[in-house]
Amino acid sequence: MPKIPDSIVPAPLRKPAKPGQSAPKGPAPTDLKTSPPERPSHVERLGDQAKDAPADVLAWVDQRMGASGFLTGMLYRKVPKGTNWFYTLGSATLFAFIVQAVTGVFLAMFYTPSTTQAYASIAHINNDVPLGQFVHGMHKWGASVMVILIFLHMGRTFFFGAYKYPRELNWVIGVVLLILTMLMAFSGYLLPFDQRSFWASIVGININGTGPIVGPYLSDFLRAGPELGATTLSRFYAIHMLLVPGAIIALIGAHMYLVVKLGTTAPPWSKIDKPKIAAPLAQLDAGANGNGTGPANGASPSV
Amino acid sequence: MNGAETAPRQERAKPEPPGYFEGESMTRRRAFTIAAQGLGGLAGAAIILPAVGFAVAPIFHRGKERWEAVGPVSDFVEDTYRQVVFTETEGIGDAGKTTAYVRRSSEELEEEPGKFVAVSNRCAHLGCPVRFVEAAGNFICPCHGGVYDFQGKRIGGPPVRPLDQFQTRVRNGQVELGPRYSVTSQLEPVRARDPGEFTGGIWEYLYPPRPSTFPPP
Repeated sequence: MPKIPDSIVPAPLRKPAKPGQSAPKGPAPTDLKTSPPERPSHVERLGDQAKDAPADVLAWVDQRMGASGFLTGMLYRKVPKGTNWFYTLGSATLFAFIVQAVTGVFLAMFYTPSTTQAYASIAHINNDVPLGQFVHGMHKWGASVMVILIFLHMGRTFFFGAYKYPRELNWVIGVVLLILTMLMAFSGYLLPFDQRSFWASIVGININGTGPIVGPYLSDFLRAGPELGATTLSRFYAIHMLLVPGAIIALIGAHMYLVVKLGTTAPPWSKIDKPKIAAPLAQLDAGANGNGTGPANGASPSV
Repeated sequence: MNGAETAPRQERAKPEPPGYFEGESMTRRRAFTIAAQGLGGLAGAAIILPAVGFAVAPIFHRGKERWEAVGPVSDFVEDTYRQVVFTETEGIGDAGKTTAYVRRSSEELEEEPGKFVAVSNRCAHLGCPVRFVEAAGNFICPCHGGVYDFQGKRIGGPPVRPLDQFQTRVRNGQVELGPRYSVTSQLEPVRARDPGEFTGGIWEYLYPPRPSTFPPP
């Protein structure tokens, strides 16, 4: 939409000047009627408009979406003192998941989930497709990386006590995400359909079957029949690339929403919640022994 | 509640709670809420239930009984096994093939004479392929060290029951193998179970027979 010139827009409807732009460059003219300010040239105005274009586009989007408040709150939220590298394990797991999702999409372009063609299509990816072995390798090793990272993240949460009130629900969601990740690892293992995949999946399905009463039916469900058959592979493929990833994405959303809403915890060794009444003495104490974690004890003979 | 309070209320016929007509059991809003939620639930069920049924149906489906000839009667003897490979699941190429060890029934082992015994190579622990070792006369599993005797009874390692067997029959001088079945520790036939599942006694209830398997002979 072409911009309407300011000269024909009534003053109250004009777009307000951005901060810093309204500042006069030279000395203010004494009388605007007798000596009007010099208008910027056409080229200058075009340049200014070009410079404003990205901000204008973002403002246009934000005016309709109203996301800036949410994004500002999320990206500039306060984190507790003592936040350290261990707190990046969750993001690292998320990044591993994104890597799996992206490489998985491109692998799906070449993979054939058919018992007679799956192995050949993987061989084709590895041997013929440019960078195919690299992308397949990223997906294969990235799977292990994601499982390792999710366990480290879980360990961090546990040992830092970050699962406690009010974050129990996030722990529960995290455990479900862990189970779904294991399900991804299990269902993805069959897809190359080589000897190792085949027998590992046989063993995995049979371990599922050892659960009393429901176990045998669970095995039949996973295999789509009493024996590993033609539909087993396509079933695993659908679980691997459609069902579980959708659930994982939804739960990651809930997980991160709760992280932003509840905030992160301080590490267990940081003691920032001192009684207010002892604060001046604590500051004195801190000044004397060089850190803020000393005992907030007025009787401390540290002087 | 006394009479002085009830009398004027009846005169005005003021609905209680507000929004109700006299004698109505629910408001319009509530009726429409329930109706909308009910219809939504119905529509949701109409989509979800067939989809779930589609995914779960194979549990209740039994395939066609399949018999395959594995060799003339004269190929098989009483005192050792002959390894045969045949198709158990059709349409998936080599992945659908399975191995069986076949011999004639032995009177020494008090088996019904004139029959053929076909022992599956699927380990009863977790489904690895076992191998018949001629010198030892045992079946040995490479994965976790399961050992079975000549008849397929477990004699060592983690397996929970003897090796599965296949139904056998003779047609036109050829030994044919049919559906798989499992056996109890006394070699009594039961419906096929997956590896790792006990058979016999109370285990028949804890690991119930699946509708997708064939009745034992």
